[in-house]
Amino acid sequence: MAYVASSPRFLPWLGRRAGSKVVAEGAKRVQFSSPVLPYLCLAPQLAVIFIFFYRPSVQAVSSSFYIEDPFGFGSTFVGMSNYTDILASAQYRGIALFTVVFTALVTFFSLSIGLLLAVKADAVIRGSSAYKTMLISVYAIAAPVAALIGMMFFDQHIGPFVEVASWFGWDMRVGLSYFDTAFAMIAVAVWKQVPYNFIFFLSGLQSVPVAVREAAAIDCGSGLRRFRTVTLPLLAPTAFFLLVINVTYSLFDTFGIIDVMVKDKSANNPVTLVYKVYEDGFRGNDLGSSSAQSVILMLVVFVLTVFQFRFIERRIHYT
Amino acid sequence: MASIDINRVSKTYAGGNRAVHSVDITIGDGEFIVLVGPSGCGKSTLLRMVAGLEEITEGEVKIGGRVVNTLEPAERDIAMVFQNYALYPHMTVRQNLEYGLKNRNTPRAEIDARVAEAARMLEISPYLDRKPRALSGGQRQRVAMGRAIIRKPAAFLFDEPLSNLDAKLRVSMRGEIRRLQRRLGTTSIYVTHDQLEAMTLADRLVVLNDGRIEQIGSPLEVYHEPASTFVASFIGAPAMSLVQAELHGDRLAIGPSLLNLDGYAPASGPVTVGVRAEDLRPAHAGEEALAFRLDYVEELGAHRLVHGHVGDQALVVTLPLAAVLQDEMRLAVDPRRLHFFARESGSRLATAGLPPVLRQQAMEPAEMPG
Amino acid sequence: MQKNRLFDHLVLILGSLFLMVPVVVAFMTSTHTAADIHSNGLSLAWGDNFIETYEKVLTREGGFTGQVTGSRMVMNSFILGIGFAIGKIVLSMLAAYAIVYFRLRFATLAFWVIFTTLLLPLEVRIMPSYQVMSNLGLLNSYMGLIVPLLASATGTFYFRQFFKSVPDELLEAARIDGAGPIKFFIDVLVPLSRTMIAAIFIIMFVYGWNQYLWPMLMTTDERFFTLMRGIKQILQVWIGSQIPDYNEAFALAVLAMLPPVLIVVVFQSWFIKGLTENDK
Repeated sequence: MAYVASSPRFLPWLGRRAGSKVVAEGAKRVQFSSPVLPYLCLAPQLAVIFIFFYRPSVQAVSSSFYIEDPFGFGSTFVGMSNYTDILASAQYRGIALFTVVFTALVTFFSLSIGLLLAVKADAVIRGSSAYKTMLISVYAIAAPVAALIGMMFFDQHIGPFVEVASWFGWDMRVGLSYFDTAFAMIAVAVWKQVPYNFIFFLSGLQSVPVAVREAAAIDCGSGLRRFRTVTLPLLAPTAFFLLVINVTYSLFDTFGIIDVMVKDKSANNPVTLVYKVYEDGFRGNDLGSSSAQSVILMLVVFVLTVFQFRFIERRIHYT
Repeated sequence: MASIDINRVSKTYAGGNRAVHSVDITIGDGEFIVLVGPSGCGKSTLLRMVAGLEEITEGEVKIGGRVVNTLEPAERDIAMVFQNYALYPHMTVRQNLEYGLKNRNTPRAEIDARVAEAARMLEISPYLDRKPRALSGGQRQRVAMGRAIIRKPAAFLFDEPLSNLDAKLRVSMRGEIRRLQRRLGTTSIYVTHDQLEAMTLADRLVVLNDGRIEQIGSPLEVYHEPASTFVASFIGAPAMSLVQAELHGDRLAIGPSLLNLDGYAPASGPVTVGVRAEDLRPAHAGEEALAFRLDYVEELGAHRLVHGHVGDQALVVTLPLAAVLQDEMRLAVDPRRLHFFARESGSRLATAGLPPVLRQQAMEPAEMPG
Repeated sequence: MQKNRLFDHLVLILGSLFLMVPVVVAFMTSTHTAADIHSNGLSLAWGDNFIETYEKVLTREGGFTGQVTGSRMVMNSFILGIGFAIGKIVLSMLAAYAIVYFRLRFATLAFWVIFTTLLLPLEVRIMPSYQVMSNLGLLNSYMGLIVPLLASATGTFYFRQFFKSVPDELLEAARIDGAGPIKFFIDVLVPLSRTMIAAIFIIMFVYGWNQYLWPMLMTTDERFFTLMRGIKQILQVWIGSQIPDYNEAFALAVLAMLPPVLIVVVFQSWFIKGLTENDK
């Protein structure tokens, strides 16, 4: 499961509804009017949100303009210099580049494998529920657990993957070699995300009306062509939705995987931007820079969300 | 039991959309009133204002002489039956029936007695311990009615209660609602868009269009004396044919045809003439007649509906099976059975014809010369 | 056609293996001794050290301060999962009730205040969140573990959608039946939402159970460690040891994934139905 406490997307059926249907006005023709009760109902939620969402968010933005003394003796206003320092840093740009590559690969592979399995599971009748159970079962495994298991499979002594790699002359050293660690991270991240995509693609496929399938079967003899011209367009909403989810997942929810796999030794290992926020903030005690990085990530999330609401949800209509 | 007075009631929604325009209805104690009209005519809004589910923008609603404008629905002493039944799905039938009484702190023994009585009356005793989802549509509708009658309210409000039932069940439930209301003598307001339902149930009909009352009257009054072209075309199936015509004194010109009105004509000028399908008959030789061009025929078994044109205007006529059908036919009509409406406003024009009471008596089946 | 089916099955079997084998191997390997694993590698066969390993993991007091056992971590994970789920349901049901069923003066404002939280994940405001908790003195407490995670609108959003799908007429009927807002909530809305509450409970439980970053920051006192925190711990401990406690690491992983995996498998029809359900 995800880490993103505030993302709507980790609830399977929520994200899809989240889109354009966010309307502010009341839903009911008839409503109660009571001077106190509704505010009492709202109070706990609002209190928690103000203390633990708005306050820290505002603080993140404001402290991104300061340099804080690591020992807690005051802070100095530095304007945009935290941002310019970050953007000028070769290390930060390297991490950003890795994050982009990581996100692209994880998204691509987990989406493709999920789609392939869903199409096949939709096609077979015999044993389909057994396949479904097996394919869904690892859905709820936490990222650090997935990473721990992954670590074992890539372990220097006992890891079968290391052995397999050595047959091809690949001396795999996960945790030591930048490339090998990245490979393992991507493999684990994909492994963890496939069930999620599978569930969505399968339900997308199964919501294609029988009549449409039958009409397609009559109109188009070739299975592959039918898939490309009928099924795939109907799956487009699901696919676009999952695209955003998978990007968000790769950016944020993989923190547990990365943290477990680099084992606090990020020196020569690939990490993503979120990990860097955590590392600079908690271990480097560089609050200003960490906050500025947070704000940059906020902007990324914001752009993603706007993208989702504006382009995807509007362009695709669900039947 | 109570009378209901609706005095100059209007509804304006936020944004200025006016759903009901200054409506006046006086409903007698024990009367069964049906509000009928097309969707969006404001009939449900009006009902919901009586129920207290919708705020009254202007005017006054009195139930049993008491102004209820600011009262909660529960305080208005009314019961409502909804289109989708609105049964509480997690409660058994018995709990559904009891809920309103319990909230009013009715004594247990009284509740039990009333549940038993309502269940017997509606023949739902065997289902009392079932959940609504285990019931058929008709049974659910009975439970919904049970929930209304158990409260012994001053008035029943029905909001299209039969729309979710299939055609056959609708007819039998219709009869049942009427029987029940007669037996209990409870004042009722019933909303429907189905004119047949309205005709068969009502003591008096209120025909609404665009938030205004078009006509109030008994079913026969409304059928035979429609106050406007809207009512004329809405009430009755097949719909009354409405054709544009010119009146020259006593002569009526419909397309190429001319009819003599024997003194039943209103003032000269352009008019809309309405004629019910059953009021037309094949003309005798030499009689003044409409030149009718047949388009197609609907067989109804006992008789036929024949669709065609007079000039370029559509007309429907009911003909007995014995009548000979031809592509070109001549149709005659008793001038007293024509309805005249102002061309512009669509409102009914007074004729020198029979007074309404006599008009109705003149409606025995027209002879059909073979 | 027949050949195609065979190919389909092949793909599915490969996919299932890809996803399932690591889990099975993790479990099977955890039943071997560390030395056994060290010399023979991962295993698909049942070992003979199951009871010893799990007993040790669950009861041995480990960590730096020697104050935490596996069972303590299991308990903490349950407290986090259940506490989070209950808190989420209570907060969000009440808030959604207010938004959907009441005429509010600041309805639009409240709506946006709540739903803006959907925009920003916890990760991007983790530092200041930590500072807030630290200022409030809530570090190393269950309250501090659970409450900040509640600061999101997912549950509210979900209940709002559900309440909107409840037919208006039920509220109208209830009002005619003389039920006020509190009575309607308790007598009608809560019982109606039972299935939804259960589904959301399960999802939120899994979510809380699987929390990693937040507990890691919040808990330096080992008595508050959850299983996820323990996993990080065990990896840190074994750096530098001759024969790492592979078996114990696997056993911990198995304990950490068992409840969520069981829940998803048992309630999978809910998860899938949840996906395909439209707002009606």
